Amino acid sequence: MSLTTEQVLRIAGLARIELAEGDVEATRAKLNGIFGLIEQMQAVDTSGVEPMSHPQDVAQRLRDDVATEADRREAFQRVAPQTEAGLYLVPKVIE
Amino acid sequence: MIHASLTELRAALDAKKISSVELATLFLDRIEQHNPALNAFITVDRDGALAAARAADARIAAGNAGPLTGIPLAHKDVFCTEGVLTTCGSKMLSNFVSPYDAHVVSLLKAAGAVNLGKTNMDEFAMGSSNENSHYGPVRNPWDTTRIPGGSSGGSAAAVAARLAPIATGTDTGGSVRQPAGHTGITGIKPTYGVVSRYGMIAYASSLDQGGAFGASAADCAQLLSAMAGFDERDSTSLERPAEDYARELAAPASDQPLAGLRIGLPREFFAEGMAEDVRAAVEAALEQYRKLGATTVDVSLPNAKLAIPAYYVIAPAEASSNLSRFDGVRYGHRAAEYRDLAEMYAKSRAEGFGAEVKRRILVGTYVLSHGYYDAYYLQAQKLRRLIAQDFQAAFAQCDVIAGPTSPTTAWAIGEKTDDPVQMYLSDIYTIAVNLAGLPGLSHPCGFGGGNLPVGLQLIGDYFAEARLLATAHQYQQATDWHLRRPG
Repeated sequence: MSLTTEQVLRIAGLARIELAEGDVEATRAKLNGIFGLIEQMQAVDTSGVEPMSHPQDVAQRLRDDVATEADRREAFQRVAPQTEAGLYLVPKVIE
Repeated sequence: MIHASLTELRAALDAKKISSVELATLFLDRIEQHNPALNAFITVDRDGALAAARAADARIAAGNAGPLTGIPLAHKDVFCTEGVLTTCGSKMLSNFVSPYDAHVVSLLKAAGAVNLGKTNMDEFAMGSSNENSHYGPVRNPWDTTRIPGGSSGGSAAAVAARLAPIATGTDTGGSVRQPAGHTGITGIKPTYGVVSRYGMIAYASSLDQGGAFGASAADCAQLLSAMAGFDERDSTSLERPAEDYARELAAPASDQPLAGLRIGLPREFFAEGMAEDVRAAVEAALEQYRKLGATTVDVSLPNAKLAIPAYYVIAPAEASSNLSRFDGVRYGHRAAEYRDLAEMYAKSRAEGFGAEVKRRILVGTYVLSHGYYDAYYLQAQKLRRLIAQDFQAAFAQCDVIAGPTSPTTAWAIGEKTDDPVQMYLSDIYTIAVNLAGLPGLSHPCGFGGGNLPVGLQLIGDYFAEARLLATAHQYQQATDWHLRRPG
């Protein structure tokens, strides 16, 4: 498998990472090296094998639907780039 | 005091031969003196450490000391520490003063341990050499032109150079065991689910696990006992009673304390690819284990070769999801200039993440994108099952598995930075353990060329941490590799 320049740009778009024009080719080459390594997996027949997501195969715990966290909005917003009146500010989305 | 074991430090503190404040000052002064050459710490918290030490002294005076009360330690900068800068080795979090403590951090605070500061690491724990840190590479105390291993390289270098007696780390594909091996110290990664991931900045959630560094297995056992335990805030935390991981350290008085122990040697780990100096040290260690009464038996992990490819699907996939939270809105770096929201995201992430982190996000984004999930992520999870089954088959024939921690000793800084795949292959012996979720330990077992430490990896079955630590402890009772210090 070999990624095309268009595919690299599409992935970067999906990942919300700006890729400078001068970096596209080098990124593509390194990604193709990594996919060369990954492709070894495809040769293995895994039909009938259950995928493993947690080594202990535990079930997701459930808890009562009650609030357990204290309101610490001020502390959490202190580390935010831009806030106002308890809200996070971002560039205008709706004209 | 600098080279004392935790048991010796505990005795000195309890006997009032030294106060916790004096002990903390001793290590803080060493950090000040040696950190410029090693770059093991990103943040040194002198004021916080001295305040914690004063509180520990009061607790000791009141007769309320626990095993770690007043003992200095360092936290990998992946663990959130309230009121202290927590960067995760990234420019993205260069201004992030955490508003809360990780579970591990709160447990150690409650135990009265004294946090000296936050150690350097590969950005978001992605790396095997510590060269991926935004804060510069960590240098190996045995040879400062070489890497200390990664991603917990700062913690490993700090303990090896005795800038801290013990340190926390995390291990997603070998990030505790590999740097422990390269710096001549002991490190343990427990069974997945034993240490809470709450407040441990996420890389690959199905693999990430906290671990412990110390000069010896005995020191690691004490630190791990204080770090482990069920936490309902981590959905993958295992509901198990607390354990004393030091409980099996005292062995029967015998010159064959490991009699009856069967050590499995996976033939795939002793095949080509292992450097000769590593092989010689590992073989000598196995001979020592046999002298202690253990027997060795050949085992096979036929799917181990698939561990690296499977890991480089699972870990990037989970990373691409986990790291989507860094959007320049709620915390972290935000670009200075942008025209709209989409550009704000894309520029903030382009500026805030380093090259390796971006590569893994891109790989993960691709393998999770529409139409590729089954071919990559699902296939990798099936391989994970096969790898885990191999280990279970091996444990039918042996009690622990042994082999090299890494194929070579520490390489030169800059040697592998241009070739990510070469860097990935250096984790060949450690990654399968994370995929299976098993506990693993690395202990020093000699030196290779250039007087560089060699690590021996011991792998146990699920929840066999106490046995791994006891096994390494018996080896360390009979050898002195773990007492060697860098010049």
